[in-house]
Amino acid sequence: MIKTLASYIREFRLPSILTPVMMVAEVIMEMVIPLLMASIIDNGVEKGDMQHIMKVGMIMVVAAGFGLLFGILGGVFAAKASTGFARNLRKAMFDHIQTFSFSNIDRFSTAGLITRLTTDVTNIQMAYQMLLRMFVRAPITLIVAMCMAFYINHSLARIYLTAVLILAVFLGLIISNVTRHFREVFKKYDDLNASVQENVSAIRVVKAYVREEYEKRKFFRASENVYRLFVKAEKILTLNMPIMMTTVYTCILLISWLGAKMIVSSTLTTGELMSLLAYCMNILMSLMMLSMVFVMITMSSASGQRIAEVLNEQSLLTNPEDPVYTIPDGSVTFSHVDFRYNRDSDNNVLKDITLEIASGETIGIIGATGSAKTTLVSLISRLYDVSSGSVKVGGIDVRAYDLDTLRNNVAVVLQKNVLFSGTIFENLRWGKEDASEEECIRAAKLACADEFIRKFPDGYNTHIEQGGSNVSGGQKQRLCIARALLKDPKILILDDSTSAVDTATDARIRKAFREEIPGVTKIIIAQRISSVMDADRILVLENGAVHGFGTHEELLGRDEIYTEIYETQTSGGGDFDEAARAADADYRDEAFDRRGGENG
Amino acid sequence: MSEQNSKPVSGPGRRGMRGPRPKLKDPVGLFKRVMSYVTKYYGIHIVLVAVCIVISVLCNARGTMFMQTLIDGYISPLLASPDPDFSGLLHAILVMAGIYAVGIIASFAYNRIMIYVSQGTIKHIRDDMFEHMESLPIRYFDTHPHGDIMSNYTNDVDTLRQLVSQSIPQFINSGLTVITVVACMLMLSPVLTLLTLAMAGLMLFLSGKLAGISGRSFLAQQKDLAAVNGNIEEMMEGQKVVKVFCRENIAMEHFGALNQSLYESANSANRTANIMGPVNAQLGNISYVLCAIAGGVLALKGFMGFTLGGLASFLTFNRNFSMPVNQITMQMNSIVMALAGAERIFTLLDEKPEEDNGCISLVRCRMEDGKIIPVKERTGMWAWEHPYPSRGTVEYIPMKGKVVFDHVDFGYEKDHIVLHDISLYAEAGQKIAFVGSTGAGKTTITNLINRFYDVNTGSVTYDGQDIMKIKKPDLRRSLGIVLQETQLFTGTVEENIRYGKLDATRDEVIAAAKLANADGFIRRLPQGYDTMLKGSGSNLSQGQRQLLAIARAAIADPPVLILDEATSSIDTRTERMVQEGMDALMKGRTTFVIAHRLSTVRNSDCIMVLEAGRIIERGPHEELIEKKGKYYQLYTGNLE
Repeated sequence: MIKTLASYIREFRLPSILTPVMMVAEVIMEMVIPLLMASIIDNGVEKGDMQHIMKVGMIMVVAAGFGLLFGILGGVFAAKASTGFARNLRKAMFDHIQTFSFSNIDRFSTAGLITRLTTDVTNIQMAYQMLLRMFVRAPITLIVAMCMAFYINHSLARIYLTAVLILAVFLGLIISNVTRHFREVFKKYDDLNASVQENVSAIRVVKAYVREEYEKRKFFRASENVYRLFVKAEKILTLNMPIMMTTVYTCILLISWLGAKMIVSSTLTTGELMSLLAYCMNILMSLMMLSMVFVMITMSSASGQRIAEVLNEQSLLTNPEDPVYTIPDGSVTFSHVDFRYNRDSDNNVLKDITLEIASGETIGIIGATGSAKTTLVSLISRLYDVSSGSVKVGGIDVRAYDLDTLRNNVAVVLQKNVLFSGTIFENLRWGKEDASEEECIRAAKLACADEFIRKFPDGYNTHIEQGGSNVSGGQKQRLCIARALLKDPKILILDDSTSAVDTATDARIRKAFREEIPGVTKIIIAQRISSVMDADRILVLENGAVHGFGTHEELLGRDEIYTEIYETQTSGGGDFDEAARAADADYRDEAFDRRGGENG
Repeated sequence: MSEQNSKPVSGPGRRGMRGPRPKLKDPVGLFKRVMSYVTKYYGIHIVLVAVCIVISVLCNARGTMFMQTLIDGYISPLLASPDPDFSGLLHAILVMAGIYAVGIIASFAYNRIMIYVSQGTIKHIRDDMFEHMESLPIRYFDTHPHGDIMSNYTNDVDTLRQLVSQSIPQFINSGLTVITVVACMLMLSPVLTLLTLAMAGLMLFLSGKLAGISGRSFLAQQKDLAAVNGNIEEMMEGQKVVKVFCRENIAMEHFGALNQSLYESANSANRTANIMGPVNAQLGNISYVLCAIAGGVLALKGFMGFTLGGLASFLTFNRNFSMPVNQITMQMNSIVMALAGAERIFTLLDEKPEEDNGCISLVRCRMEDGKIIPVKERTGMWAWEHPYPSRGTVEYIPMKGKVVFDHVDFGYEKDHIVLHDISLYAEAGQKIAFVGSTGAGKTTITNLINRFYDVNTGSVTYDGQDIMKIKKPDLRRSLGIVLQETQLFTGTVEENIRYGKLDATRDEVIAAAKLANADGFIRRLPQGYDTMLKGSGSNLSQGQRQLLAIARAAIADPPVLILDEATSSIDTRTERMVQEGMDALMKGRTTFVIAHRLSTVRNSDCIMVLEAGRIIERGPHEELIEKKGKYYQLYTGNLE
């Protein structure tokens, strides 16, 4: 982990080195002051030498001034190094994630990636800054103060050395104990907050089942548990105080006693005694700081670990060495394809799929939830790699193509689709960066999106909010289809992309496809039988295997699953909600709806 | 209905960053309220803590004064004496050891007690928050972003804990230390004290100035951070789309630019913050140096009886003075931040809870000679118990499940009515369906039955009783709800189904799962009914989660059911399997069903066609078809 992270510091090597150097310089300046103090007392005050007091005083001021300078520089360098480190980490992670395959993304989950890019990086930035400024400073303070003490008086300084050793042992024990406890507490604490989160989002269920009391009891139990663990951990932490203070005070008293004797026997001066006692405080402070730094580092190491995980993740999909840059046609061939999401599991999601789809054909795919429809089409644009067998596009294995070439020619409208903040034009141009307005409008017309876009006050320049939250589900789907069409693909895959579009519009979209882009291979996954009925051929999937593949007429009556779906859906007519939506859906209603009630 | 699933994840942690000081309306009042929370449970503790702090501060001051005693009282005379006798010094040192010991014990004691005070207070606040939150009306949750509510529990509680456990005791400690130190310094030398105070003033002034600058640059950093985090969130949500469109390079470029400007502002913000430390520390050193010089001169002249020992003690005091002053300025910031958190917590605690003025409750009963007798044991029969305190009598009304809407108007906001003049009758055991476009008000109607929201005008009655008169828990217990967006809880599958009836046996759970056709897939899960569901069941498909929700409603066995798009995410084939279970579930129960599939609503006793908050058509399927109105149009898909 440290090696991975450290490589992103390289650019800021200089400030990363200079910070501790400045810190050391500042510490030395600070440590000189008590020594000079001794000189003022012994050679100035005691001997009545005004000149000396002034001279040494000036040196002290100069020392403090240099201390200030070094301190400021240290702060400046530390800020540069730590924020720069954070910048590099963020950038490296973001860029690396761009190379991730779908399986990599699935492994981390969106929320997981967001936390790593935000909170974890901030934690590391703070810890690194702390590390640069304190981690060197504290031990150096300790060492310098100790040296000064030895310089003044050997035998008395030995008391400090013993004390520091004793303290170090105790503090080490406490810290290692405490971090273990705290880790446990924070885990429980996270669980507690997760349960609050759950309650907030499921409040309707809680209230509907009158489970408020039940949830409260559950929460109080967990809360009590967290409380007890926190108390336990902090109790250990408070042992720090008396141990530290006892040691320090013992030192002060011992030094006072022995020091007084030595002064009387003229082996020590009063000024020296005073500076010895001043160093005592410095040593104490540095130890406290050191223990703080340790706690901080152990706490942020989890963040570092999480970041390193992302950075070390190998993308499971790589461009072939000698890639093919042209796709001859839009034919698709599956031969004996097996697929599983997890290499180690033996649970095949797709089983021995063999299919031939001709260029320009329209294929409908239908099947129950979990029958692996989405998985099947994901293999065509190589969002995942097959576990065995092969998928060919235009007669060439998809793994031989340049990834960008393949994906630009195989347009997928994902089931869980997203629009991005920006105007409608900007969103459409995701499909083709330099698309002219005419091209955009043509694609929108094909996807039956033009009609509602024109109704917006700003038309194509309407601003889409993050995640497309200001357009309705059906509108969003049509925009996503238009965006994919702009790619001018050889193969177009719609993964349940018209589910929120009413039946009539859905039919018009399909008609437009038939007439305007006849050469494009179209693969349409749908729940609605009407969306696939008029396809050239329909693929019926069941549990990851082909159950039937043929025209509507061939399947009806012969394939029991297809027949069953057909009968359930046609006997009850169309789809109510969506038909109704088509009748009076306009932009305002939809927007209001989301404002009104959650499930309005 | 994809918009339901794409709600942006507003996680906690947005406010957590260091930032400029927030403005508070009534900091004193807030502080008092926090303290009243502390003293409510830990009054005696607080007194003890205060006493211990005073003792420890005094012991500390006495310890510092010892320098003077040591030098002036013992070392100097001993130096002068030809035959030094150390027994006096030994005695003094032993006394000091005693004083130090008292100080250590006192400070250890107050730190120990503070653990209980701070953790306990936080626990009480957290528990109160949760308890209060559970009592809040649905409106609260609909009008407040969930991320903000969460942040009350995470960020706000955390800063408040800092306040109680560290800031307040340190503030008191530092304050007391400053006072005693100033007093001691005054005793030693008023002149040097003035010098020290002047330097402290300069220190405060400078750090105030720096804080102002750093506040401004933190503001800039905050803005850039928000932009970067927003971009991260959006791009990670859409990462798969980015890949599908090969937009990786553009995404990187865009992020790189945002990231760079964050780096620049973060760098300058951190720089000013970092400078603050050494400036204060070195000013402290300069103050020390100046006192050393001035003190040296004074001691040399023997001015106003100032001695070498006095100087030694004074210099230590000078050190001890800078530290708490620094600490106070540092604590000020965190106190303000914590009070801002406290303000948000108290806002939650001050939210008005759901009102319940109902008096009618639901009781188990049996029939005897045509009369209803309330009983404790399960009988499968229920009745409404309506007490008349004025007459001292109790009336029992058999529960049947008849629901009537009488000229109901409703709006989520007072002046924006979304339901107009809704009247409907659902006889016991009938199935009533609502159809209409999104936003027509279907769910809103069901929200009124279980009183998630209350009607503006008109009334809803249940078995002839106004639902406003029925106790809310009893009302809701009699209604089973399956919502479109399925919410499950962390726990096993079995526990999730049992949520509908806490004392259900394993067999009952399995029976309910079978009814909902969920048994099959549950058995295929790795640990069957004991499979843990995490993150509200994200390891299940949407359809599977809906099946579990149906099983959960089935086990509760309520007389009235509300199914709000309960089968929307189940494909038609699975739905047909569920449908059988649902039909079994609906048998003999009054059912309100919202569905967009016609097959689901066709066999209803009455279908309500809603448009813009009004019922525009009503009647059974055949009747509506014959009428050739809106329903017919929708049904045949013939829009013209």
